[in-house]
Amino acid sequence: MTRLTAWFSEGRSTGKHTLPFVVILLSVTILASAANLFLPADSAFYVSTYTITLLGKYLCYAMLALAVDIIWGYCGILSLGHGAFFALGGYAMGMYLMRQIGDRGVYGNPLLPDFMVFLDWKELPWFWLGMDQFWFAMLMAVLVPGLLAFVFGWLAFRSRVTGVYLSIMTQALTYALLLAFFRNEMGFGGNNGLTDFKEILGFSLQADSTRVALFLITAILLAVIFVVSQKILSSRLGKVVLAIRDSESRSRFIGYRTDRYKVWLFVYSAVIAGIAGALYVPQVGIINPGEFSPINSIEMVIWVAVGGRGTLIGAVIGALLVNYAKTRFTAIMPDAWLFALGAMFVLVTLYLPKGLMGLYGQLKAKRNSVMNKESQA
Amino acid sequence: MNDMVPVLVEIEATSEEAVLPIFQYLVEGSLHYIKTSKQLVAQVEVSGVIRYKDLLTGQVVADLSKSDVDKIRVNNTLRVYLRNAIARIQLSAKSPSVRESAVRSLLSKLDQETVATLESLYPNETNKKVKEAMALALAMNTAAQTQLAPSNRIAAIDTLSTSLESDVRNLLTQLTRDGNAAVVSAANAALEKIAQRVNRFAFVDQLFFGLSLGSVLLLASIGLAITFGVMGVINMAHGEMIMLGAYTTYVVQLIMPNYIDYSIWVAIPAAFLVSGLMGVLIERLVICRLHGRPLETLLATFGISLILQQLVRTIFSPLNRQVSTPSWMSGSWEINPVLSLTLNRLYILAFALLVFIVLVIVLKKTSLGLNVRAVSQNRNMAKAMGVKTHWVDAMTFGLGSGIAGIAGVALSQLTNVGPNLGQSYIIDSFMVVVFGGVGNLLGTLVAAFTLGIATKFLEPTTGAVLAAILVLVFIILFIQKRPKGLFPQKGRAAE
Repeated sequence: MTRLTAWFSEGRSTGKHTLPFVVILLSVTILASAANLFLPADSAFYVSTYTITLLGKYLCYAMLALAVDIIWGYCGILSLGHGAFFALGGYAMGMYLMRQIGDRGVYGNPLLPDFMVFLDWKELPWFWLGMDQFWFAMLMAVLVPGLLAFVFGWLAFRSRVTGVYLSIMTQALTYALLLAFFRNEMGFGGNNGLTDFKEILGFSLQADSTRVALFLITAILLAVIFVVSQKILSSRLGKVVLAIRDSESRSRFIGYRTDRYKVWLFVYSAVIAGIAGALYVPQVGIINPGEFSPINSIEMVIWVAVGGRGTLIGAVIGALLVNYAKTRFTAIMPDAWLFALGAMFVLVTLYLPKGLMGLYGQLKAKRNSVMNKESQA
Repeated sequence: MNDMVPVLVEIEATSEEAVLPIFQYLVEGSLHYIKTSKQLVAQVEVSGVIRYKDLLTGQVVADLSKSDVDKIRVNNTLRVYLRNAIARIQLSAKSPSVRESAVRSLLSKLDQETVATLESLYPNETNKKVKEAMALALAMNTAAQTQLAPSNRIAAIDTLSTSLESDVRNLLTQLTRDGNAAVVSAANAALEKIAQRVNRFAFVDQLFFGLSLGSVLLLASIGLAITFGVMGVINMAHGEMIMLGAYTTYVVQLIMPNYIDYSIWVAIPAAFLVSGLMGVLIERLVICRLHGRPLETLLATFGISLILQQLVRTIFSPLNRQVSTPSWMSGSWEINPVLSLTLNRLYILAFALLVFIVLVIVLKKTSLGLNVRAVSQNRNMAKAMGVKTHWVDAMTFGLGSGIAGIAGVALSQLTNVGPNLGQSYIIDSFMVVVFGGVGNLLGTLVAAFTLGIATKFLEPTTGAVLAAILVLVFIILFIQKRPKGLFPQKGRAAE
């Protein structure tokens, strides 16, 4: 047990959050799932399926925040286009779910999804082939975002596009994809996107048990990605990444091929975003081009900023807090949400550059120094 | 009802001046008569209320309600006759432009009477343009007459080949199925010649739309180019400065609803002040505290843009607002039947160039401009030389934002004014700045027009969306080759 604890906690100071995080995340998930499945609906501790799905959605966002944090908090690359990787992963899953509908669609075509029948298409486009296989669709959910990130990152980092330039280019990337996916001719359902899913791997998506299973899988994957990312970032490679963040030219002069580190970290981050998207779609039941919109991508950045960038736990906390606030705000006073979000952007950058985790660290340092003084006295 | 035709012919023959309005009212279906006195009246709308006007005196007849009058009905045969008759009457109008448009409106329906009228009027016509139009009409008539000698008809077809009227093209297409082989080949040749000219004008038309888009991009991005160049920060709220300018135009028009024609002259300085002051405010309150942290500045200004959008939504409602176009800006400049340039786009093109020139003069000839250039080249050195960089930053930001406000005035004349107005231009403006090279006004100018024209020339073949995507992809690739844009800053200042 101690070895396990040690394994979880090794590395940089932030690593000490890993074990508590994994334990809390998994126990809350399991408790909530059990409360949904085994308690009667009138029990005080019953957790509704709506809540389960909502929590599952938050966990997907948390995973996405991890992806943004890895690239921004640790490597200083502010990507305003991570929504694109998320949405691509989501579309891969959506295509699989679409193929699973089979002849139960409105038009009852066994091969073609409804929107293709509606557009009077005669056969399946080539990029839809194989998407009826779960393993293949999941491979695509990882591969397509990863490949896009590789091509983009390779082009951008090799020619040393950095800073705000890079941010704008990533925003343009997701904007271009937004425009592309809006087109009906692209074969991704155009404006309406993909929806009306029936089942995943033969399990009905409406069933409580499927929802809980998806929620549990999301939580487990989040934990795994968290631990793996922690490992990667506290390894030698992680130290180089931090060095690049703090002074790229100096790292380059020391002899590191900084562009390669950045490309691979970017790809890793994009793959995580793709996985988050693939988990997100079956839980919310729809994927449409709106996910590509630049504002979504920039919102992800603020989750990380609120939680505290450069700490994985901060990204997760930020994503959960901001999205919980969003759910509450949009229910009570929808108009105020954008004010709140805007104010969050301004105030966090002005007064909380290290986010809530930074605030926590400051408070603790203060308490420690007070305690030290007391003990000296 | 067709009994009316002979009566109308008789009326037309009197060639009294009062005939024209009667015919016009009759075609519109607003000619009525009072049941008791059989007096003719026209139904007109006076400030939303239906009134009846005496035709002879032009005075509104008091105390007439709908039940006192009866409408004079016309059918399609009559309408065709009336339209031609109106055109024939207008042929003898005093103003040459009225006469010319009358001739042109007759081209599609040349009948014996019209041709006779034209033939009688042609020798006495003094205005060159009217005479040309009449010659065209007569040539069309000649070409269409199968009983005439082919040589005459071919000569007429030659005359027709210089025209761009769609009626002429229709006629020539008909003639390609003519019995006479010489006529057919002449018609084909004429059509070919016309098609070439039409293509040439279509090219000019596309170029104009490209320049127009370029001018909008220039207005939207030039403020951004200045702030980015001097301060190295991206103002994500730049689009909202454009939006504020557009809403300022809307408010100015609300305040002076009776002087819409002059409202633009008030709106331009007002928008400059509103957006400029907002820019100074943002700089002083937020951006100057984030000095040296460009990524955080980007995020903070994005927050500001969200707040401003929601503010506008709360104050003005999320719906689009209608901004009226001054009468002198509406309409179009019709160069020929296939090419007409809309006036508002033409004015905005000129305006964008004017703003550009003024800005260049400000940057090159004023002391503010000198300071701005100094800071953008080397901030620390400028500071050491005594330039108040804080003040320069605030002024630059105010200037950039103010120009965005002016862009908003221009945009309000082209598109709907809504809370998302700015957002739709912001990515394009960034692309222009990145493409042109940071801190280089000439680069911004070239980039804006290049991108505008490229987009408009891609659109017909690829569709608007794909064109936008292609341009974005092109810029992403371009940045790989030349990360500093078309015209990078050179020398020590560059790094």
